[in-house]
Amino acid sequence: MTSLHLDIPHTDAADAKRPAKLSARDLAFYYGDFKAIKELNLDVPENKVTALIGPSGCGKSTLLRIFNRIYSLYPKQRATGTVLLEGENIIDPSYPLNRLRSKIGMVFQKPVPFPMSIYDNIAYGISHYEKLSRAEMDVRVEQALREGALWDEVKDKLKQSALGLSGGQQQRLCIARAVALKPEVILFDEPTSALDPIATGKIEQLITELKQQFSILIVTHNMQQAARVSDFTAFMYLGELIEHGATETIFTKPAKKQTEDYITGRFG
Amino acid sequence: MKQEHINKSFDSELDRLYDEIRQMGELAIAQLNAAIDVLNRRDSNAAARVVANDEAIDTLENEISMDVLKLLALRQPMARDLREVYAALRISSDIERIGDYASNVAKRSMVLNNNPPLPATARIGRLARTAVQLLSDALQAYAEGDADLAAKVRDADADLDAMYTSFFRELVTYMMEDPRTIGACTHLMFMAKNIERIGDHATNIAENTWFVVHGDMPEGERKKDDKTSE
Repeated sequence: MTSLHLDIPHTDAADAKRPAKLSARDLAFYYGDFKAIKELNLDVPENKVTALIGPSGCGKSTLLRIFNRIYSLYPKQRATGTVLLEGENIIDPSYPLNRLRSKIGMVFQKPVPFPMSIYDNIAYGISHYEKLSRAEMDVRVEQALREGALWDEVKDKLKQSALGLSGGQQQRLCIARAVALKPEVILFDEPTSALDPIATGKIEQLITELKQQFSILIVTHNMQQAARVSDFTAFMYLGELIEHGATETIFTKPAKKQTEDYITGRFG
Repeated sequence: MKQEHINKSFDSELDRLYDEIRQMGELAIAQLNAAIDVLNRRDSNAAARVVANDEAIDTLENEISMDVLKLLALRQPMARDLREVYAALRISSDIERIGDYASNVAKRSMVLNNNPPLPATARIGRLARTAVQLLSDALQAYAEGDADLAAKVRDADADLDAMYTSFFRELVTYMMEDPRTIGACTHLMFMAKNIERIGDHATNIAENTWFVVHGDMPEGERKKDDKTSE
């Protein structure tokens, strides 16, 4: 099967014209000899949430690993094609990794706060990129925690260890840590799979708020979550992008049988 | 054949919806046939039984509503599954209305039995046969997921409309010729209108069948030939 490039779909005319923040073109990825992603084309539109769905092993997380170039730490892993962010190919080794990390934030399945205070969890990343006075840093930390919908819960215990927070709070801290660097794109890899429904609801609400400022790509195994939070949904299978379109279309009237079988629970 | 869900109990719940719609449809057709039969036989006792039987259709509609709610809450259906569940809810409501119309025809037949027989009554039977055919075809299209048959039903409703328009004019003529028949003819007119509406509901069923299969509504205006208001 040839890989598919479907243009940004047509929820309405304004969306169709919305520029892509991140564009993968003829993107392929190899773990040694194994080709895990096959010439994939995908646009992540600006200020929208794009959900990536597909069965385990289909290449969703690999795609996120390409977008933040984590793979470059491993010598046998390589990507071909281009991933354009603001016109520059971020998978080109000449694109500074440091810059990439500040442009593309990532939130993982399991919250991974640093073993330090809540305040320092946020300040640590910022201080890596900017030299701020204490007062300026206080403002930035508060702003990030507010954007992470965590400020009201932690404002009186900023000096306490982040490890004392609940799982849901830790995940929002990780989101605050990502937004603190003012990235262009935030990647979420199953951000609520370890959380209860209330914490999940808070994260989903947060994602909806964050898209005003950021472009978001979220990997999720939860179809309802994809339906609830995303504007666009991309279905991947065996390293290929099978179908990509407006979320409401994908979940009510998908064009491909493979998509239909997957989202209705008939796969296998 | 449609592929099964990984969780097979989902399939049996969807099958149950189809089965309930089938039962409802069969009951509605039986009720309409019975209403015409009691009208022709001028049997008020049997007509009363037809009216009472409508409750069974209402009960099934309630069951389908509850099953649909349960499916939406517990299965959160997507894509065609979602369209099937949505269509079942809408179609059950159409069949429930068809049941009401059949019951209404039977109720009015009891009033007609207090008047001398009118030859025009035979035309109601012909209208009803056309409506029953439309309804059977619509239900068959739904049960088999046959969008082409559904499209034919949608087009064929215009024939029923034309028959109704012609009958309406005929009744108006009778009433002008002999004002003593106005009471009875008015009842016949309402019966004919009820049957014409049954055709509209059969068309709704056909359109929802199309929606289940294709995910959109059929293109183009419905053909309509009810010219009684012109």
